[in-house]
Amino acid sequence: MTEEELRHPYEKFLRKDRIPHIWCEGCGNGIILNCFAHALDELNMNLDKVAVVSGIGCIGRISGYTNTDSFHTTHGRPIAFATGVKLANPELTVAVISGDGDLFAIGGNHFIHAARRNLDIKVICANNFIYGMTGGQGGPTTPLETWTTTTPYGNIEQAFNLVHLAAACGAVYVARWTTLQTRWLIESIKKALQKEGFSFIEIISECPEIFGRYNKMETALKMMKWFKEASVVQHFSDPAKANITPDRIVVGEFVDIDKPSYGQLLKEMKAKASGKKTDR
Amino acid sequence: MTVAASVVHEKPKVIRSGRRFMSGDIACAEGALAVGCRFFAGYPITPATEIAEHMSRRLPEIDGSYIQMEDEIASMAAVIGASYAGVKSMTATSGPGFSLMQENIGLAVMTETPCVIVNVMRGGPSTGQPTMPGQQDVMQARWGSHGDYEIIALAPSSVQEMFDLTVEAFNLAETYRVPTFVLADEIVGHMWERVTIPDPETIKIVNRKKPKENPSSNFAPFKPEADLVPPMAIYGQGYHFHATGLTHDERGYPRTESVEAQTKLVQRLCNKIRMNRDKIIRVQQEMIEDAEVAVIAYGIAARAALSAVRKARAAGIKAGLLRLVTLWPFPDEHVGRVAKNVKAIIVPEMNCGQIVREVERAAKETPVTFLSKLGEEPHKPEEILDAMREALK
Repeated sequence: MTEEELRHPYEKFLRKDRIPHIWCEGCGNGIILNCFAHALDELNMNLDKVAVVSGIGCIGRISGYTNTDSFHTTHGRPIAFATGVKLANPELTVAVISGDGDLFAIGGNHFIHAARRNLDIKVICANNFIYGMTGGQGGPTTPLETWTTTTPYGNIEQAFNLVHLAAACGAVYVARWTTLQTRWLIESIKKALQKEGFSFIEIISECPEIFGRYNKMETALKMMKWFKEASVVQHFSDPAKANITPDRIVVGEFVDIDKPSYGQLLKEMKAKASGKKTDR
Repeated sequence: MTVAASVVHEKPKVIRSGRRFMSGDIACAEGALAVGCRFFAGYPITPATEIAEHMSRRLPEIDGSYIQMEDEIASMAAVIGASYAGVKSMTATSGPGFSLMQENIGLAVMTETPCVIVNVMRGGPSTGQPTMPGQQDVMQARWGSHGDYEIIALAPSSVQEMFDLTVEAFNLAETYRVPTFVLADEIVGHMWERVTIPDPETIKIVNRKKPKENPSSNFAPFKPEADLVPPMAIYGQGYHFHATGLTHDERGYPRTESVEAQTKLVQRLCNKIRMNRDKIIRVQQEMIEDAEVAVIAYGIAARAALSAVRKARAAGIKAGLLRLVTLWPFPDEHVGRVAKNVKAIIVPEMNCGQIVREVERAAKETPVTFLSKLGEEPHKPEEILDAMREALK
């Protein structure tokens, strides 16, 4: 085979000098990176105008691998950083790709307010139910009665239902998929990238190395099997009833509405304030 | 009631040149606008709120963006984001908010983000006395975030300086790619005085260095030039560069296990300020040449100090003032020179003794008297004068 034929079709989306990545064998983050690249490719996006922002955690390293302008922020702050980027240069498509702990524990406040403002950013959450980078502690999405390094008697905290949270806070697009439903996931990422306003996609992602090991699913295959058996595709079902349980993961699109984004309203306000347009 | 249909609106001016009467907080905001700041992210807090209020009105007039964030952690993160997208950006706060900002001030240091943080200091610790002045955050400004680093901090003493030093803070931030602080206090922030806003062409404006090369796969966004400062690429121009709070190499890539990378980066972040101390540091000296006793002060305390020095001279005491306009990096050499020539040094501060420790260190053998003041009233000139008399006994 020629060198050209051996080249990966998504090579241009990657910083080749950063590969191999640091993720464990069987980790879902590679699938997420692949689907994100796939969506950018299918939309033929101008990579000069895409900024990828991530926080701290395993998936937080993704911004180091995408061949775009990128930033790896402090823990929990990618949405707040992205707010500054988007307002300073509205031309940019700003994607925040980060983990459940980063976005919903330490960074929860930024998520709810960016969604409330309908800031035009795309937030993709890799939900692996756990703090992977620090070795597998329980977090805001750890299901009840599951095992982690800090829930040795089984988790007694209720887990966040992220799609319900996002919908309640005002996101204009909300979807959830597992890393198994890649075709649907790519379509959702494409939709989010094209839609003006605050979009949120939750990706249930496998962490066989820690969450899996602690919960009798020690291989990626076993976790994928769980996703396959538990997933129920239900478009536009009530996000309030989409709690994740061991035998039911409701996936699909939950919200797809239109309302003016923060950026649109800001633009109108600036025109008014600068005297460019006036009703008088 | 009818509304006049033909109101002629004057086009909003970016720089409101001329003699004006305004508060320190408003002068600070006008200074930022004059030097090209077009992004403000903040959170309401006494006694800095007026800066945010003024920015919320003025920025949209001149195609800038104001956003009230959910807290000061987010404000600081958004300021860094806007700077990376190529816009001069700032925030303003007071003690409690300044504490929350420390996390991302460290990120700004590590990612070499030009930005300005105004801290209109009030009484602490904790919620303290929101409407009362203080100078209790000067050490937090220097050491507040974790890790080793250098920053720049300026201390205005007047409303005019709220304008002038905000301009200078932006210029320093852009020159050295470092977060730069304006450490004001409640009195300077809320006080109204006459301000002269210069004509636009006379205002010195410094913009960050841009990369000389075009985008390529070998672009190194953190490769320094001779002054140890790397030119700054911005988002959206094809450079596809990465920045991280992790220890990184010149490519911006994480180097979490390399002793060499850690040493090289952290030393450069410190040295780019240390090496350029002479260019950064500014002081004001009054009647210091033949002085036997010197008052070393900054911010609001320096005004009473100057008055005390004049009173002392009138009473036949050879007194002088060294006012620290730059607090960080600390003007060691200036303090050292003054210390060699005087018998005693007086340091009035609105805290329990912070900058006085630096003065003692730099003054070596010369005795230093510290005058603490907490609460509503700043030092009275007479108190400083009495301290001078006592020290010369």
